Amino acid sequence: MPFKRYVEIGRVALVNYGKDHGKLVVIVDVVDQNRALVDAPDMVRSQMNFKRLTLTDIKIDINKVPKKKTLIDAMEKADVKNKWENSSWGRKLIVQKRRASLDDFGRFKLMLAKIKKAGIVRQELAKLKKETSA
Amino acid sequence: MAAKRKTPVKTRNPDLIRGVGKYSRSKMYHKRGLWAIKAKNGGVFPRHDPQPKAPAAVEKPPKFYPAEDVKKPLLNKRKPKPTKLRASITPGTVLILLAGRFMGKRVIFLKQLSSGLLLVTGPFKINGVPLRRVNQSYVIATSTKVDVSGVNVEKFDDKYFTKEVQKKTKKSEGEFFEAEKEDKKKLPEDKKEDQKAVDASLLKSIEGVPDLKAYLAARFSLKSGMKPHELVF
Repeated sequence: MPFKRYVEIGRVALVNYGKDHGKLVVIVDVVDQNRALVDAPDMVRSQMNFKRLTLTDIKIDINKVPKKKTLIDAMEKADVKNKWENSSWGRKLIVQKRRASLDDFGRFKLMLAKIKKAGIVRQELAKLKKETSA
Repeated sequence: MAAKRKTPVKTRNPDLIRGVGKYSRSKMYHKRGLWAIKAKNGGVFPRHDPQPKAPAAVEKPPKFYPAEDVKKPLLNKRKPKPTKLRASITPGTVLILLAGRFMGKRVIFLKQLSSGLLLVTGPFKINGVPLRRVNQSYVIATSTKVDVSGVNVEKFDDKYFTKEVQKKTKKSEGEFFEAEKEDKKKLPEDKKEDQKAVDASLLKSIEGVPDLKAYLAARFSLKSGMKPHELVF
C-alpha cells in the first residue's frame, strides 16, 4: 500500500476548507512539516496547511517558487484545466455544483427526466428478460 | 397677527464683530422705514388691539361623575406604512404557497393589492387555486417567471374579495332544522367568468414553456436530503 500521490513542487491540489474552498492550486514550495506555499493563476501566493489540501494526480513541471507568468505558462503546457475537467473527480464536482444551483423548476424537470430514464431502462430490461426466458 | 413674509428678512444690520452692528439705532430706524410706517398711520405706530372674542359657550356641569378617575388612553396617530413587496416577487413570478388549504401549490403572482396582500391565481384549470389573496410572508418566491402581459387585473381589489353580508333572519324553533338547506353558498357566475378571463391568456403563455403545466399542477414538498437553507429557489 505505498503512497501514489506525493507532496512535491508542481503537485496540483484541491483546497477543501476555507475561503478558497474548491479551487485548484499548485504547490510551489514547502514551508515546514505542516505548511506549503501555494499558488494559482487567480490568487495571491500564500501559505496553506496541508490539512486544507487534497492532492490530485496532476503534476506540472516547475522550479521552486516560479514567477506568476512562468507558473501560468507551465499550467497551460500541462493543460491542467482540461485534464481536471475530464477526470472523473473533476466531472463529479462540476455536476455537484450544477445540481446545487438548480432552482425549483430545474429540480422538477430533473425529476421528470430521471423517471423517464428509469422507464426506458426498465423496458429494455424487461425485453432482455423475455429473450433469456424464451 | 401681521401677515408673514414669504422669505425671512435678511438682517439689514450686518455685524462688524459679534455683538456690534454696523449701524446705530437711529440709522436703523431710518433703514427699516419706521418713519414711513408712522407717517402712513398719522404720526403714531400702528397698534393692533386684541379683537373682541365671541362669548364662550356656557359649560354645564356634567350629569355623571365616574366613581374613580378613569385614565384616558394616550392618543395614537400612527399610520402603518404600505407593505413592501419583496424584490424577488414581480408579476408573473411562480410562488409556492406555504400554508392554508393550498399548501405546497405553485401559483402565479398577478399583483399586490392596496392592503398589501398578493393577488394570485392557479390558474384554476391547472391546479384548482382560484383568484385568491395571499400574504407575502407565507410564500416562497421562485425564480421562474411566466409572461402575464396579456392579463388585465385592474378590476380586482380588496373589495372584490370581501364576504357577502348575511341578512340576519329570525328563526323560530321549527325552522331551525330546515335552515341547513340554505347553507350551501353557490359561487356567483360573474366570479367564474372573471377567473376564466384571467386564466385564458395565462394558459397560452404557460403552454408555451415545456413541462411548466405539469410543474404548476404538482405540489411542492420537502423530500429526504433537501436542506431548505441550501436550496436555491
